Amino acid sequence: MSHAAPAVSDAPAPFHPASSPDYVPREPLGRLQSQRLREVVCRAYERVALYRQRMQKHGVTPAEIRGVEDLPKLPLTVNSDLLDAYPFGMLAVPLGQVLRLHPPTGGTGKPAVVAYTKRDLDVWTEVVVRCLACCGVQRGDVVQNACPPDLFTDGPGLCCAGETLGASVIPISGGDVARQIMVLKDFGVSAICATPSYFLHLVERAEKMGVDLRGLPLRIGAFVAEPWSEALRRRIEDSAGIKAYEIYGLAESIGPGIGAECCHQNGLHLLEDHFFPEIVDPASGEPLPDGQEGELVLTTLSKEAMPLVRYRTRDLTSIFPEPCPCGRTMRRIRRIERHGDEMFVIHGTSVFPAQIEAALLAIEGTLPHYQIVLAREKGLDQVEVQIEVTPQVFTDRVGALESLQTRLAQEIEQTLGIGVAVRLVEPHTIERSHGKAKRVVDKRALGTLP
Amino acid sequence: MRIPQLSLFIDNKPGHLMVPCRLLAEAGINIVTLSLADTKQFGILRLIVREWQRAREVLEAAGLAVAVTEVLAIEVADRPGGLVELLGTFEKAGINVEYMYAFTARLGNRAVLVFRFDDLDAAISALTRAGINPVSPIHLYDRLEEE
Repeated sequence: MSHAAPAVSDAPAPFHPASSPDYVPREPLGRLQSQRLREVVCRAYERVALYRQRMQKHGVTPAEIRGVEDLPKLPLTVNSDLLDAYPFGMLAVPLGQVLRLHPPTGGTGKPAVVAYTKRDLDVWTEVVVRCLACCGVQRGDVVQNACPPDLFTDGPGLCCAGETLGASVIPISGGDVARQIMVLKDFGVSAICATPSYFLHLVERAEKMGVDLRGLPLRIGAFVAEPWSEALRRRIEDSAGIKAYEIYGLAESIGPGIGAECCHQNGLHLLEDHFFPEIVDPASGEPLPDGQEGELVLTTLSKEAMPLVRYRTRDLTSIFPEPCPCGRTMRRIRRIERHGDEMFVIHGTSVFPAQIEAALLAIEGTLPHYQIVLAREKGLDQVEVQIEVTPQVFTDRVGALESLQTRLAQEIEQTLGIGVAVRLVEPHTIERSHGKAKRVVDKRALGTLP
Repeated sequence: MRIPQLSLFIDNKPGHLMVPCRLLAEAGINIVTLSLADTKQFGILRLIVREWQRAREVLEAAGLAVAVTEVLAIEVADRPGGLVELLGTFEKAGINVEYMYAFTARLGNRAVLVFRFDDLDAAISALTRAGINPVSPIHLYDRLEEE
């Protein structure tokens, strides 16, 4: 297909007043961070038993934490701590001051309860507005919010923020893709928020319906909640004629709103006045210098209801210390293509779904609706990559499909250095939970142990 | 003379073959003939239906992967050696048959076979040179319904 793609501008969007805090000079920012950190550590120590016990065990008192440079003195917090405290053990305020509670969403077991005070809700809106503005969403934009309302906290967060920013927001979530496309077309939508996998599904459907997204006013895609490869970004941008940006969120704290890409699409600006980032060695937990890859650890600097102190996100990235040409002073983290939870080890090699995704995209016409199924047969680990057949690659000839399977398996094997089985499956048969793709199914634990 | 054939991708799992068949039944579309090619992992269901465009819409709307291919319907004498004569014609012309299957009904005393060629145009000209006329779709459906 050779439709002329409309020019999507690389130029920075006009300045939005809500973005002002993104440009605070580093020195006052550091003072603000340290002041907020002192407060949050005191509050956590006084009001949350888990933090107090951990700090006592670690032999550190709140008074020793004078600034962000003292953070490594504090113990790390992990996901299971939050789950152990279910439902209200992490609350640092009386329940009467909590205005909103998001229950755990189940599934992977990752997200815990999230609570917000009035001020937390205001901060939430502020940071999501800043993230949307960072992606170039402006007053007057028509924003389609295609995030499922129950997908962590993304749905409501994006709606409030879009409205506060001055955009017209269309909350329309979930299943009915034809309806999404109708609205996209008829309402002159200029920006859309979704998970990358759901949007891809929408692109395919639009093609089938004869709707060329590249001819529509749509120019910005703000994508949340899934690690996705650079190859998938390019596929989305080319097929929809948009710029695709990532907004980073943490389901355990706030959903989207922790950081976002600017027009340079080179790393995500972390909103450091509210979330302080560190990178640690995933094995030892020791801090790593800027520029080095490790696990992102976040400390919430302004959360009242449920502060997180040195929380291990399991997201693997690195901090870019150098300033961004866009002028924002907020440090950037490398785009997260890999989440620690999604990594699996097979025959001693660590593999991330994004590596498999990139291999699939390298073969023309194949689309990345896939799932990786790990199984153990006779004590040996097996990897099967299931890929949905699309009308673009489907033919009536068995031989052609079998050679497609072979080419896909070879491409993955070249990328990973591990042999995998490729199985083509019917369209729309790979499970999608709440519009979020489940990339890895590990059945090894269910089998007999070797 | 070219007959549109619909092909569907089917998981090789219990119950999956029934899905498209039920969709067509509910839409009141009759399957004239079909063949199922299967591998260990998946199957390809090939269908000849009269209202192929409508059938395609019904199947695609249900989210199935559908491909349309042109095939030829060729009559052969229903006696020992009938098929061999026809295949001899292809062999002489160097025409490769991808796959073939039969219509369930016969036309008079002749069997009707569906052929999928890798090069359809070459197959048509080879058949024409040999004086064989593939059955036209309209003719085929009408006559099969009369039988």
